[in-house]
Amino acid sequence: MADGAPIAATPDRAPPEPARQSLASVVQRREVWLSALALVVFVAGWEWGPPLLGIAPYNIPRLSAVFEEGIHMWVNGDLLRHTLITCFEVIVGFGLGCLMGAVMGYVLGMSRLMEVVASPYILALQIAPKVAFAPLFVMWFGYNITPRILTAILIVFFPVLINVLTAVRSVDPSMIDLARLFKATRAQIFWKIEFPWSLPALFSGLRIGATLAVIGVTVAELVGGSVGLGAELAKAEGGANTAGVFVTIILLTVIGILAYVLVILAERAVLRYAPQRPDGEIAA
Amino acid sequence: MLRLSFKEVSRFFPPVRGRTGSEGVLAVEGVSIDIEDGEVVALIGPSGCGKSTLLNLASGLDRPSQGEIFVDGEPVSGPNEHVAFMLQKDLLLPWRTIRRNVEFGQEIRRMDAAQREERAQKFLHRYHLDGFANHYPHELSGGMRQRAALARTMMMDPDVLLLDEPFSALDAQTKMVLQQDLAQTVAEEKKTAFLITHDLVEALALSDRVLVMSRRPGRIIEEIPVDIPGRAEPMKRRQHEKIGPMTARLMSLLDIGKVEQTV
Repeated sequence: MADGAPIAATPDRAPPEPARQSLASVVQRREVWLSALALVVFVAGWEWGPPLLGIAPYNIPRLSAVFEEGIHMWVNGDLLRHTLITCFEVIVGFGLGCLMGAVMGYVLGMSRLMEVVASPYILALQIAPKVAFAPLFVMWFGYNITPRILTAILIVFFPVLINVLTAVRSVDPSMIDLARLFKATRAQIFWKIEFPWSLPALFSGLRIGATLAVIGVTVAELVGGSVGLGAELAKAEGGANTAGVFVTIILLTVIGILAYVLVILAERAVLRYAPQRPDGEIAA
Repeated sequence: MLRLSFKEVSRFFPPVRGRTGSEGVLAVEGVSIDIEDGEVVALIGPSGCGKSTLLNLASGLDRPSQGEIFVDGEPVSGPNEHVAFMLQKDLLLPWRTIRRNVEFGQEIRRMDAAQREERAQKFLHRYHLDGFANHYPHELSGGMRQRAALARTMMMDPDVLLLDEPFSALDAQTKMVLQQDLAQTVAEEKKTAFLITHDLVEALALSDRVLVMSRRPGRIIEEIPVDIPGRAEPMKRRQHEKIGPMTARLMSLLDIGKVEQTV
């Protein structure tokens, strides 16, 4: 411990620090309390609201009934297996869709000619409701996991492609000139300038894609097949089992949230250089 | 020995096809400049007179429509090892640390990693960036970022430095410190430099000669030798009694102060 200096320094710096900290912690504590309160209101509202308002259980079952149905489906109905199958389809569909979208985005971004030739089709396919292809894929490949993965690929592909394409097009030309001055090869310009430049946009595309992949898989599962959460949802609907429908919707939402969080964690790990987004800090 | 030489250089930018009202631009016309080894020459002129075009041509990023440019006696046909470029924008890559930014040029040229790192360390030290090697560009001030850009440029060990308004984005004090850093490096290593600037005092403080360009199409209309001692000490040099009258002369050559002129 150094003597003198820290003691001299402390009185100057000490007063503002606790003041600021306590203000921040008050705000933070208030946020935590309000969030907890909102959760309690939500849970209580779902549990006691429907009977109070005279809503029939086959329209909105109480939360506890949904919970019980979930346990029932888990124990008697292979709910875990259906959930894992859906997860698998989401992961594969998301992965392949992102890979294809990103590769296509980079190719089109670097070749004006390719972009001119391909852009009308891309635009048309982008506007087309991708989930409408799910029945077609089922007709082609039957009641198995292939149509689900294909639908997910199709729906994930475009946001990733568009984000990457736009990013590659927006590279600061003087950065490319800088690399050219050092006599960089085309490959070096791509790997050292264009690719890292495009990463934030790529991750924005992945974030969108993560939630869309769940939608694509769900729709394809609703169309046909006997495994997966979408199929379970359709089965529950057929049996007028409203609680079962809620169970599958909740699990599908959880899968979507997990996929989204995983993308954000990957983004944080890869884009460590960037100023943290939530703070809104922009480099001076 | 002539380091950099423009021989009757013109650059015409043809009209953009399909854009109405686009007529093409004759940016520079019949420009001849000779810069000796170890000389620092400043180029001033009105905005849009083709100053930057000349530097792009010298760097090999652009080709002249007429005439030829020589670096060390060899005609310039593309980017080459003899010249290095520094711009107003620091162009630091935001995803690289300062050290890896400084190494960037030699990395492209495939210098061995250990040697590269050792060299980068040396240049980081010279430009007072020791503690910031592992920081990212957004964590640094504008002046430090531009110093990192200078380190990256000097790391290439060029014969000729092309400087396109390198300090114009900085505040007045930071600018003077960086001018001093640059002037000392250039003097110590006997580098040749071609400096474009809007700042008339900067031109006089840093150079051996000031060339004045006309409005577009840019031609060299005047050459003014700067016979003030101490080129390596621009901080002192800018206080010299001759600076005032010479600045006034440059102002009149550039028509600065005429009421109808708009920039």
